[in-house]
Order: sequence, then C-alpha cells, then structure tokens
Amino acid sequence: MEKSLRKYFPLFALPALICFTLSFLIPMVWGFVLSFCEFATITDATFVGFDNYIKAFTIDNYFTQAFWFTLGFTVITVITINILAFTLALILTKNVPGTNAFRTVFFMPNLIGGIVLGWIWQVVLNGVLAGFEQTLLSDAKYGFWGLVILMNWQNVGYMMVIYIAAIQNISTDMLEAAAIDGANGKTTLFKIIIPSVMPSITICLFLTMTNGFKLYDQNLALTNGAPNHQTEMLALNIFNTFYSRVGFEGVGQAKAVIFTILVAAIALVQLVATRSKEVEN
Amino acid sequence: MKKALTILLIALVAVSSVFAQGGSESSSKTEVYFMNFKPEIADVYTNVIEPAFEAAYPQYDLKVVTAASNQYQQTLRSELTKSNPPTIFQVNGPVGIAENATTVAPLQDTDFYNLLADKTMALSLDGNVVAIPYAVEGYGIIYNDAIMRKYFALPDKAVSISSAEEINNFETLKAVVEDMSKHLDELGIQGVFASTSFMPGAEWRWTTHLVNPALVAEFGDLATSSSAATFDFVASENFKNLFDLYLNNSITAKGMVGSKADADSMAEFALGQVAMVQNGNWAAAQILGTAGNTVADEDIKFLPLYMGIEGEENKGLCIGTENYLAFNKNASPEALEGADTFLTWLFSSEEGKEIVASQLMFITPFSSFSPEEAPDDPLARQVNIWMNKDGVTAVPWVFGGIPSEQWKADFAQAMLEYINGRYTWDQVTAAAQDAWAREASLTGR
Repeated sequence: MEKSLRKYFPLFALPALICFTLSFLIPMVWGFVLSFCEFATITDATFVGFDNYIKAFTIDNYFTQAFWFTLGFTVITVITINILAFTLALILTKNVPGTNAFRTVFFMPNLIGGIVLGWIWQVVLNGVLAGFEQTLLSDAKYGFWGLVILMNWQNVGYMMVIYIAAIQNISTDMLEAAAIDGANGKTTLFKIIIPSVMPSITICLFLTMTNGFKLYDQNLALTNGAPNHQTEMLALNIFNTFYSRVGFEGVGQAKAVIFTILVAAIALVQLVATRSKEVEN
Repeated sequence: MKKALTILLIALVAVSSVFAQGGSESSSKTEVYFMNFKPEIADVYTNVIEPAFEAAYPQYDLKVVTAASNQYQQTLRSELTKSNPPTIFQVNGPVGIAENATTVAPLQDTDFYNLLADKTMALSLDGNVVAIPYAVEGYGIIYNDAIMRKYFALPDKAVSISSAEEINNFETLKAVVEDMSKHLDELGIQGVFASTSFMPGAEWRWTTHLVNPALVAEFGDLATSSSAATFDFVASENFKNLFDLYLNNSITAKGMVGSKADADSMAEFALGQVAMVQNGNWAAAQILGTAGNTVADEDIKFLPLYMGIEGEENKGLCIGTENYLAFNKNASPEALEGADTFLTWLFSSEEGKEIVASQLMFITPFSSFSPEEAPDDPLARQVNIWMNKDGVTAVPWVFGGIPSEQWKADFAQAMLEYINGRYTWDQVTAAAQDAWAREASLTGR
C-alpha cells in the first residue's frame, strides 16, 4: 500500500499541482515582478525599479489612511465577531429549543455574496439614517460602523458553527468531573471550555482577521470609500489605484505586494501567538 | 488492474484536452471584434446589427461585447491583453488615446474617416488620425414644460417673463427656480430640481458635465484643456451658483444626496415630481421608459447650463462628444479591413443608417446622414433645435481634457464634503486646483 502510494503520488498530485501552478504560483510570481515595472497590459512591462513603491506613498496619503482605517476595522470586527459567535455557540449548545433552526438562521447570511450584502445593508442603513436626514456618505463614522455591522452579520454565523463543533467535542467526562469538584459556570468556561476550544479560536481569529484585511466587495458596495476616501480600505484602494490613472497599474501592483506581505506577517504573528496557548485534548 | 487504471487516467486527460481544443475557431471567416461602450443599446448590436451585417458581408464574423456600465476601461484593458483582442474599441477623448497610445491604429486612409463631415472633429496622435467620433450628444437642464407653463400662469409669480424659453441667464433662472420653490403645492411638484445624485458612481453629472462650462470659460477648447498643467477654476463661483441652486431647490434634502443615483433623478423627472433635471439627450430612453411616465413628449425641453458666466445669453447647450472609435493596430490586416467595412456599412448604407437613426438613436457627425435622418426622440430633436438656433453658439465639450479619473473622484468627494458641511467652497476650489496640478504632472503635462 505504502509503496504504491509513493509510486502513484506524482500522478495523482499532478492535476492539482498544475492548477495550483497555473492559477496561483505563476500569477503571484509574475505579480511580484510587475510591481517593479511600468505596464498597461501585462505583456508590455518595462522595468522601473522601486519607483512604484515610492509613488505608492508619495502621491497621496490614501494608502496609509486606508491602512489605519482597515486596521481599526479589523481590530473591532475580530473582537466583536468572535465574542458574538462564541456567545451564540455557547447558548446554542445548551439544549435551547429550536437550536437547529437558530443555527441555520445565523449561518444563512454567509451564503449571500458580498456585493449583494453591501447593497442590502446600504438600503437598510440609509433607510435608518434617513430619519435623521443623513446617509452613509454623510460621515465616515457611519460608513465605518455600517461596515462593522455588515461584517458581523455575515461572519458571526460561520464562526459560530466552528465554535459549536469545538464545544460539542469537549468530552463530557471533563465537564462532569469539574461539576463534581464544584466548579461554577465561570470557572468551567475559563478553565475548561476556552482552553479546550483554543484550536478553533486560532482558526476563527485567523479567518476573521484575514477577512477584515481583505474586505473588498462589501466596502465597494456599501460606501465605495466615500466620503473623501475616508472609508476606503486597502483592497479597494489598490483597485482604485490600478484603474484611476494612466500608468498607475504598477503602483497598484506595488501596493498589492505590500498588502500581501503585511497581511501574511500579521497573520503569522497572530498564528504563533495563539498556537502557543493551545492544549492537547 | 493498476496499469489499466493508469491507462484510463491518461486516456481521460488526453480526451479532455482534445475537447478543450475543440472550442477554438475553425471557420475561415474573419472575425471583427467590436467592444461596445454603451450598455443601454447592447441589445441592438447583438439582435439587429450582427445578423444584418453578417447577411450583407458573409465573409465576416462580427462579435460585439459590451462592458458593464462604468467598467469599460477595466474590461478593455484585460481584453487587449488576450490573444484575440478587440478590433474596434471606444476612447473617450485625448486622455483615452493617451491611455491606449500603443494600441490605436492610423485611420486617415479608411472609408470610415471619409464619412466624417467635419474632419477637425477626429483626434490625432503623432500626425495620424486615430479616433473618429460617431455620435454627437448634447446636454443641459431638461425641463418639463407643462409644469413651467403652470408656473408662468400663476397670478402671484415673482418674475416678469412668461415662458421658460425666455430664461437666458443665471439671474433669471435663479429667480424663476426660487419662486417656483415657494409654490411647490400649486405646481404639484416636490422640488424644482431632481436629486443631486451623489451615490458612489453617480457623481458624473457634476464632475464632468456641470464643470464643463467652467472649463470652457477657462480653457476655451479641448486642445487647451487637454494640455493644461494647471486649472485655476476661475469660474468656481459660477459653478457654485448653479450647484447651490440644484441643492437648495431639490426634491432631496442635502443630507440625503448620498443615497441617490442618477437613475433616481431621471425617474423623479419622468414621474412629474420635479420640473428640472440636468442630463443629456441620451437620457431620453430613461425618461420615456419609466413606468408611469407622466411627461408628454412635446413637454420635454432643454435649457443651457446658466451659471452666471459672461455672455451666456448667447450660449447654447453643451454639444460635443466623448464617443470616439479607434482601431487596434495589433489586429490582423483582414480584421482591420473588416472593421472599416463594418463601420462604413453601419453609417452609410441605407440599412445601417436606418438602424442608427431609429434604434441606436445617434445624432451622427457623418456626411452620409441628411438632417431628416436624425433620431426622433424629443431630446435629440431639442439638441437639433438648439444647434440651429440663431445667435446662439453651442458650448463645446472640453471635459475630455480632465487629466485623470482620479481628478473626477477627488473633485466629487470634495463636493460631497461641501454638501455635508465639512468643507467650505474655497476648500472645494482648492481641492479641484490641487488635484488638477497633481494629476496633470503625473500624466506628463
């Protein structure tokens, strides 16, 4: 078995490997190369060195502004999504009547695409703000909190499912033993449940954080960066840079490379930090 | 067994690759690939023009692809990199040509160029004609004459004139509009002007069209505006005049403009909720196509954009074009010849002209069209009337000289901040000036 596995491994891995190379590896390497080039179409690139990287920060401050906005947004959503999702998971694993119906309902927003969600929430939030003769574009804070609400609505259900699976996996022996030893609800939560679901917390933190950083469609549909680029997130800024000026494709590409490195670095740090807290079940 | 499985697998891969190949061209027809800019008439191209042209010239295979609204540049850029790039594509003026400088083909020897009545309308690059306009458009303030007649019949109106046609400067327009705002109930409207749409993507009526008279006042013509390194916005106050008039006499409160799209504005006009809306003759279909449209054809009329610029009594609508066609010089010679054949057929054969006038509804700049062959919608008729009015000259379109999309975006955002009360008008002016200087230097002016 082992031997034939080794023998046929290349054959079976080949299709996936080809797809991965064609659709991920080559574009990524080429994208990196292009960030050092001036180009209109990807076939007519000319090398310009670090020009694009300098332009990314010197022409306007929208990129740095977008970075702080994105960071603030990500911090808030990571906290709110995970707390909400975990709370819901706790409640829905406690034999509440209609648990399955609730789980389905909470999960459903995740099935709707970002653009559609953005439009839906734009209508909803504009409807609410209309009572005060305001719109999402009247003030950047509306856009910010609108995005936070939208993101929570979309992601809480998904994270909840992950937490539910983890909580259900905790062995009842442990919980019973704790109960017999006289542990109260708080102690059980912090000493048993949370340490046991740490791997899921790692996953959920990772997912919510990268989701926050990469957010694009919702941002585009909800505010499109208005007013005055104040609600523009990194991904949207990159797209706008790419298309809003002649000859700025390379600058957009340079921003994209910076963005990738940044997100990868932050995610890695976070991964290492939470991994160290995981315990073996 | 294993060997059989391996063979089966390899066979499967081989077969699927054969099928993957099967989709490619096998016919001997020359493909002419036209990338259409106007989504509102995409159906006419695919349902009417394609079959008609292919019947007339069976050796060609016409392929028309339409980019989604506001997505043309993006789509064009990705299409141009493909192995089967567009043969004919649209550029929006000198800036568009600069963007595609490595792609545009010389057109001076084509039959299509010969059709152009006024050869100065074509755009050149390095001594070659590279872009030819195909539709002339006009815009201004569209008004509903039925409501205007009702207003001028009011016993307590505050102005001395007696019809909308007598409005010929900003002062009169302002007096009429502000007095109309006091009589909304009697007129049966909710605001004089339709919403000043500022939803993301719906700011183009202000960042290009409304600013055009100010650009003309400063630069005069397209060539000057396309090479201007700075923009002083000398007519800033004039722009503000009209912009404020729109905002303060609108159906929509200032705080709410961010939720309105241009389609909303057109619907408000069509439903008779407002008397005026700034837009161009291309919006005729939008007005006439609104369900519950209450505006009679003969009541849809145009006023020029009066904003207090000197000599505006003698200025008409803004008439011009940003619709230019260019050929892709990287296409095969056969395809380029096909492109010329196609456009010449469309704009000069009886069959083609009939489609252009009645279904594409273009006012064309070609000598092959007689005045009777102009499109017949109310706004196109109005554009024709204004073009031929005695003592009135049209305002040319010079907003094609705006250095980049970024300028429009920055200007729009500054206006929105002004509406939201966080910018003074001076800051808007400064934003427009700074952004122009920055963008112009980036484009190498």
